[in-house]
Amino acid sequence: MSAPTEVTPPGAPPVAYSDPSTSALATIRAAIGKGGMLVALLIVVVFFQVTTNGVMLKSLNVTNVFLQNGYILVMALGMLLVIVIGHIDLSVGSVAGFLGAIVAVLMVGVEVPVFGEVQLDPLLAVAVTLIAGGLIGVWQGWWIAYLRIPSFIVTLAGMLLFRGATLFMLGGQPVGPFPESFRAISSGFIPELIGTVADPFGTGKPPLAIGPLVLPVGGDPLNLTTLLVGAVLSGFVVFLGWRSRREQVKYGFAVPSMAQFWLRNVGIIVGIMFIAYRLAGYKGLPIVALISFILIGVYMFLTLKTTIGRRIYAVGGNAKAATLSGVNAKWMVFLVFINMGVLAALGGMIIAARFNSATPKAGYGFELDVIAATFVGGASAYGGVGTVAGTVIGALFFGLLNIGMGVMSIPIDYQFMVKALVLLIAVYFDIRGKTRDA
Amino acid sequence: MSDVLLEMRGITKEFPGVKALKDVTFSVRPGEIHALVGENGAGKSTLMKVVSGVYPYGSYDGEFFYKGEECRFHNIRDSEHKGIVIIHQELALIPELSITENIFLANEQATAGVINWSKSHAKAIELLKKVGLDESSNTRISRIGVGKQQLVEIAKALSKDVELLILDEPTSALNENDSQQLLQLLREFRAQGIACVLISHKLKEVESVADTITILRDGAVIESLDATGGDVTEDRIIKGMVGRDMTHRFPPREATIGDVAFEVRNWKVAHPIYADRMVINDVSINVRKGEVVGIAGLMGAGRTEFAMSIFGRSWGHFKSGQVLKDGQEVDVSTIPKAVDHGIAYVTEDRKTYGLVLMNDVKTNITMANLGGVSSGGVISGPKEIKVANEFRDALSIKTPSVKQITVNLSGGNQQKVVLAKWLFANPDLLILDEPTRGIDVGAKYEIYTIINRLAAEGKAVIVISSELPEVLGVSDRIYVMAAGQIAAEMPASEATPENVMSAIMRLARAGAEEVVL
Repeated sequence: MSAPTEVTPPGAPPVAYSDPSTSALATIRAAIGKGGMLVALLIVVVFFQVTTNGVMLKSLNVTNVFLQNGYILVMALGMLLVIVIGHIDLSVGSVAGFLGAIVAVLMVGVEVPVFGEVQLDPLLAVAVTLIAGGLIGVWQGWWIAYLRIPSFIVTLAGMLLFRGATLFMLGGQPVGPFPESFRAISSGFIPELIGTVADPFGTGKPPLAIGPLVLPVGGDPLNLTTLLVGAVLSGFVVFLGWRSRREQVKYGFAVPSMAQFWLRNVGIIVGIMFIAYRLAGYKGLPIVALISFILIGVYMFLTLKTTIGRRIYAVGGNAKAATLSGVNAKWMVFLVFINMGVLAALGGMIIAARFNSATPKAGYGFELDVIAATFVGGASAYGGVGTVAGTVIGALFFGLLNIGMGVMSIPIDYQFMVKALVLLIAVYFDIRGKTRDA
Repeated sequence: MSDVLLEMRGITKEFPGVKALKDVTFSVRPGEIHALVGENGAGKSTLMKVVSGVYPYGSYDGEFFYKGEECRFHNIRDSEHKGIVIIHQELALIPELSITENIFLANEQATAGVINWSKSHAKAIELLKKVGLDESSNTRISRIGVGKQQLVEIAKALSKDVELLILDEPTSALNENDSQQLLQLLREFRAQGIACVLISHKLKEVESVADTITILRDGAVIESLDATGGDVTEDRIIKGMVGRDMTHRFPPREATIGDVAFEVRNWKVAHPIYADRMVINDVSINVRKGEVVGIAGLMGAGRTEFAMSIFGRSWGHFKSGQVLKDGQEVDVSTIPKAVDHGIAYVTEDRKTYGLVLMNDVKTNITMANLGGVSSGGVISGPKEIKVANEFRDALSIKTPSVKQITVNLSGGNQQKVVLAKWLFANPDLLILDEPTRGIDVGAKYEIYTIINRLAAEGKAVIVISSELPEVLGVSDRIYVMAAGQIAAEMPASEATPENVMSAIMRLARAGAEEVVL
């Protein structure tokens, strides 16, 4: 039943409504509803920080969150669009493995049956691999968008197809090692241009703590370039928020109060600067984190600000209505799968670079991590709903779980079961929060 | 207590921010047809959901008695157990199951979980006879029309030994014949002592069939009229619904008609699956600037199919024909091309084809013309809100904010959002397919006013409607469509229900003769 609405007879003055979205209570409720996953993320962090006696948030581990999970984040951004437009891609793990194999044989110069042997410069090999990823997207997207085969089936076939193709390319053998320049994708850091400074919280002193919670401060000298990047990024994010607020005011719309604005932005600054501070205490900003941050920015812009993004959401929300509004729904689905292919290529190369070899088993089961991160981030299995911010939180959530349980030396069998339950519970709370809101 | 079957006292039901029912008192006598009327959002469906246990005991204030016993239903099963059955506007049938399977869904004729199919079919056949449905009990629901589906729903209700049948808008999707058949069935039930609550917007039907008419407005009972004498007129009911006399159902129309804006010539379209079945057969029409052209006809005449096939071939297999704009042939072979040439099609099914219900008002309004709020593919948020607010004010779309999700809007306001979407695309030809289906009298008047305004701006407008008075009331000129052809064309001033019907019949006879020859 739709909410009852009063009806004005013709000619009567319009009924005045109070906007429920402006009341203070509603604002707080909406913030909790929206930020539910963020709260859960913080709880998990504090939990591990306590149970690991402060090891969890040491600089090395914060760095590892990015080094070990960068590929999930990168591919989850592609998966977000796939899920938002109402499809699924089960093949990303196999595709990433296959593309990792392609970049490997191209760089190392391995003889491949039928195709022979080529050896390329790493940069050229990366470019070829990204194009190959796009072509795989063309292949799968064509079946899905234009031949109307359900994406579940097409990508299930793709999962087998590209697993087989990986074995074919590699002849069942790992291929490596790779040139240093390629490995930097996954294990490099941005060069230190300025220098270092001692951590103001000191080195080697007894750790600061509140009760059982060891504060994540203190350690090795800090990398100034990384801190500067953090500061610039914070400033940029605040600037964007401020500009958008100013624009809204110019058009005469209600905006959050200045206090709310700064509360939110101080939170963002603290978050960014904390990560920068911890990264600076190890070797600085990892290249893979830099790639992730740039992609996050690009995809936020794409989903929130562009007509392409808007059309993807419209097709996912109601493909028939979108089509009848003049949106080329098939083309949108096609593009989304090409995009997924390119990001799977990037993910596959990050994995290969990390292990310094392409193996027949690389990427095995990764599609599940990627899909789980997207759903935990609040995307709807029915399409039309999902955000980049949520997906990032979902990916970080799984990343932190992996690192935290690793630091706690929890056996792998338990790790799987814990992740399964976390997935169920997280999605349950997300859905419950949304229905309460409505 | 024998003279009252259902008695409701002081029922109050609140939703967050809205009082949907205010201290409602309502009673139904055994074996009467009790019509419940009111504008959308007046609280009719809400009241019936209280009776049927959709809103469980405790979620509302007040009390109600059935056969003198106080009822505290916790779910629909409780109410069905007592013999109260509600049939919702959206039918609850499973398309891929048979009639028998649907009738006994969740009430299978089974022993220890094993279904006795012979018994099921025998019972189903008996029930189908009762409702006068001549179909095999094995037929799948997806293969029968909406009218017959409605009868299956009623058969399903009968299988539960119903004594109080609640029908929510049962005829809104039915054609004239099926509606009459359904109403006749209700009269037969009355003779058998089954009481019936009928929620309907079709006041003519209410007038003809109801014993008592209760009018709700803004969640409160305005009056209960005894209609057994047959002296309660449609105008009398409307007066109660809107709270004053509605002397004009249609706004006055002063047309300034210009040159021919659009012309369709010899349009032929085949069925999307059966390529040899011609659904639109050699249709030619034209629309002038500033003119409102009505397309009348019975359901299944091919009107929607015709409109959609013009709009970027979004229906059927295009065979042949031309579309001319200002005398020049234009390519409308895809929806984006049709939109570029200034054609807009406002669908008859706003929920499926018109709106992305989970998206907000502003997103829906800009969907057909994102270029209008973006530059270089980047959308300007403030500009989008500004545009949406302008349309909200211009069409008086009632919503707390343009950021409201459209699923929360009433039917009339959803329809205005779909209209706004196409107005923002700034079309030259607006095809409105059943623009007032399922919306209330007040909102209808507003839609008609908007149509007049658009025509006055020089746009060409085509209105497709199954309600003949509506076509006659809003149009300057009328095409009558039947069996995929134009049966007649006439100025609105000469059109009457009689000569429109006779044009349809003439064509039907001609078709029959052709078959004989």
